[in-house]
Amino acid sequence: MDLAYDATYTVFRDEVRDFLRTHRDRMPKRSGHRPTDEQIAWQTLLIEHGYAARTIPEAYGGHGAEPDILKSRIIAEAFAEAGAPGGLANQGISMLVPTLLELGTEAQKTTLIPPTLRGELVWCQGYSEPGAGSDLASLTTRGEDDGENFIINGQKIWTSTAHAADMIFCLVRTEPDAPKHEGISYLIFSMKTPGIEVRPLLTMTGAAEFNEVFFTDVKVPKTQIVGGRGQGWFVANATLKHERGMLGDPNAAHARLQAIIEILKTETLDGQRLMDHPLYLDRLMQLQARVISMQANGLRLLTAAQRKEPVGMAGLIVKLQGCELNHQLAALAIDALGELGVLYHGSPHQRDGGVWQHRYMFDLGLIIGGGTAQIQKNIIAERGLGMPREPKLAKV
Amino acid sequence: MDFALSPDQIAMQDSLDRTLERVAPLDRVRQIAAQDLPTAPEVRAALAELGAPAVLVPEAHGGLGLGVLDAALLAETLGRHTACAPFLGPALAAIALDLCGSEGQKAVWLPLIASGEASFGVAISEPASGARMAAGVRAENGRLSGQALFVLDFADAAAFIVADETGGLHLVPADAPGLTRTALTTIDRTRSVGELVFGEVLAERLPEGDSRAALARMRDVGRVLLAADTLGAAQRMLERAVAYAADRKQFGRVIGSFQAVKHLCAEMAAELEPARALVWYAAYAQDALPGEATLTAAHAKAHLGDVGRFVARTATEVFGGIGITDLLGLHYAFKRIGLDRQLLGAPERARRDAAVAQGFIPA
Ligand SMILES: Cc1cc2nc3c(=O)[nH]c(=O)nc-3n(C[C@H](O)[C@H](O)[C@H](O)COP(=O)(O)OP(=O)(O)OC[C@H]3O[C@@H](n4cnc5c(N)ncnc54)[C@H](O)[C@@H]3O)c2cc1C
Repeated sequence: MDLAYDATYTVFRDEVRDFLRTHRDRMPKRSGHRPTDEQIAWQTLLIEHGYAARTIPEAYGGHGAEPDILKSRIIAEAFAEAGAPGGLANQGISMLVPTLLELGTEAQKTTLIPPTLRGELVWCQGYSEPGAGSDLASLTTRGEDDGENFIINGQKIWTSTAHAADMIFCLVRTEPDAPKHEGISYLIFSMKTPGIEVRPLLTMTGAAEFNEVFFTDVKVPKTQIVGGRGQGWFVANATLKHERGMLGDPNAAHARLQAIIEILKTETLDGQRLMDHPLYLDRLMQLQARVISMQANGLRLLTAAQRKEPVGMAGLIVKLQGCELNHQLAALAIDALGELGVLYHGSPHQRDGGVWQHRYMFDLGLIIGGGTAQIQKNIIAERGLGMPREPKLAKV
Repeated sequence: MDFALSPDQIAMQDSLDRTLERVAPLDRVRQIAAQDLPTAPEVRAALAELGAPAVLVPEAHGGLGLGVLDAALLAETLGRHTACAPFLGPALAAIALDLCGSEGQKAVWLPLIASGEASFGVAISEPASGARMAAGVRAENGRLSGQALFVLDFADAAAFIVADETGGLHLVPADAPGLTRTALTTIDRTRSVGELVFGEVLAERLPEGDSRAALARMRDVGRVLLAADTLGAAQRMLERAVAYAADRKQFGRVIGSFQAVKHLCAEMAAELEPARALVWYAAYAQDALPGEATLTAAHAKAHLGDVGRFVARTATEVFGGIGITDLLGLHYAFKRIGLDRQLLGAPERARRDAAVAQGFIPA
């Protein structure tokens, strides 16, 4: 065990820090569902320097560096330390691009990956349906083969960003006679294709974060498939792996913890700092221990990845524990703020832009989305502890 | 940059694991726990043969000169087997002697600790956890008076390292005139804790170095080792619960196929896995990251106290009625975790120390 970086890495870290110092004035503000011109320019600059899309080949619009997990970590750390916006991490970049790299055709890779990486092409993920959530493989949106195209009919739901997206990666049942898991294809098509209707769904945060998407005779050329016909379940699982890696990130928890420490240092109750309140302090320390644990767990994963060893249980628990921890952090901030903690919608005296209530609600969605907490526990028990598998249901 | 155990560390842990499997299986633990004091010469001898008491003793004095992480891995394995042998006491005494002992004291005692010939008890509960009742030790003109509670590894001790109220450290032989020793019986019959009452006891001060800093290190390392002990005991409880759930049938199915049971096991695993990373990190920090040593030790102690308690009760529940019987013997781990939690600062106390270490509140 040795947590020090050796010299080549400290030099690299200085380079990254230098870059951040000299380009501070070009850092964009966060925006809504579509990247702004400013964000696209920043993203392009980051790719050029290898601080985004680092290991993706140049031919596909990436930086083309050799994979080096430590350098990736140093970049993430330096950006976090400087409070600088890192590379874009939307569903297209985090889920579709790795999937295309693994399973896409050459034409798909050269035309779709570069604009996706730059932030110009925005994607949504069309998996879940009203009748197919945790049991995703029971999905019924169907694509009939008319010789040249799939004619798609059906409905998707909980589709994040669909109202702002250019393209969708979508699971469609194209082989109605095949067994449940073998009848699905992974299709990619434009959201402007005739026959698509998007209806935003208002969520508890007050924003429309996801949508219903209706397909009526949507014509998609059969070439728009990723992987083979009926291979969609396998392709989607490759994507889900990338999604779960994104949820439960301990660096996000760490940043949140720092913000709560600031609150306890600056806010007062009866003139006394919240930090001097033993009960809030005790809760803060409980959660700090969890944040440090998850960061240390992240170090274990990093070492395993570097050595190309399986990560085992340490990887399986990240989504469950990480999302729960983030949620508990938001809860502590709200509780410590007392009545101030419920101010929202831009009220006078609202703290931190109402972000703690927003997170508390939004994070509940993250606990549910991308495989619910209960599904995570099934996975931990079955794959991690070797316990009996859930009974398989009747085939569709 | 590398956050994993070395092959040597894994081998060392494995060999202790196999040794304890052989010399101290559950039946033997049960016998020892039924004694007045949990002394087991053959377990002590087996540990000494593997070099366990030598782990934190410098090589110059006959030890192995290894790090706190190595000691924590041994502690984890001892917890896993609910091993009845002193470990914490000699390990912390070696730290005290190494940092503050005179050359003469080191030359006499460190080799005896390393070889396992002399075990040590350690009386630092009052400075580490706070004083219960009116406990506390005063030093005046080379003589100690007062009372020290919850002395670690009390039973086999040839001598004690005693902290006084000002943070001074003293060495007191077990047979010192004026010293009254009383065993305290805890829920955990696999380790011994006791009380020392000092009536003007002539003591040797450990004269060198900064004894307050040494005392802080003893507390921090002690906390890490207790956290590791809990990790081992809890991991074992989880494994036993999972194995039982694969075997026991009700309603015509193995109980591990009931999702309620599966989810209990998944929750235990999800809590324990990052806790293991925390124990490693805190142990590593004791030697490599001095600025984080007190903070991470306090967090490891408090967090493993909580996770350990959760696993101890949950694993027991997976067994149903047999879980609480002596026949199964799961309760030795349950009680081990229960004692670990309270010693050298229960979670609330340790978390307060973590806050002080960051300057969030005054000491
Ligand atoms: C914020 C957010 C964003 C999302 N974004 C997208 C997106 O962009 N694209 C997309 O396709 N989907 C998206 N989803 C959908 C998400 O993947 C599903 O909500 C999720 O898989 C659960 O499905 P469901 O909502 O139908 O719940 P259900 O599957 O009906 O689950 C309801 C309850 O039953 C439990 N349950 C179900 N099956 C089991 C089982 N086998 N064992 C134990 N308990 C079980 C669940 O844990 C849950 O508590 C998003 C969801 C959220 C919350």
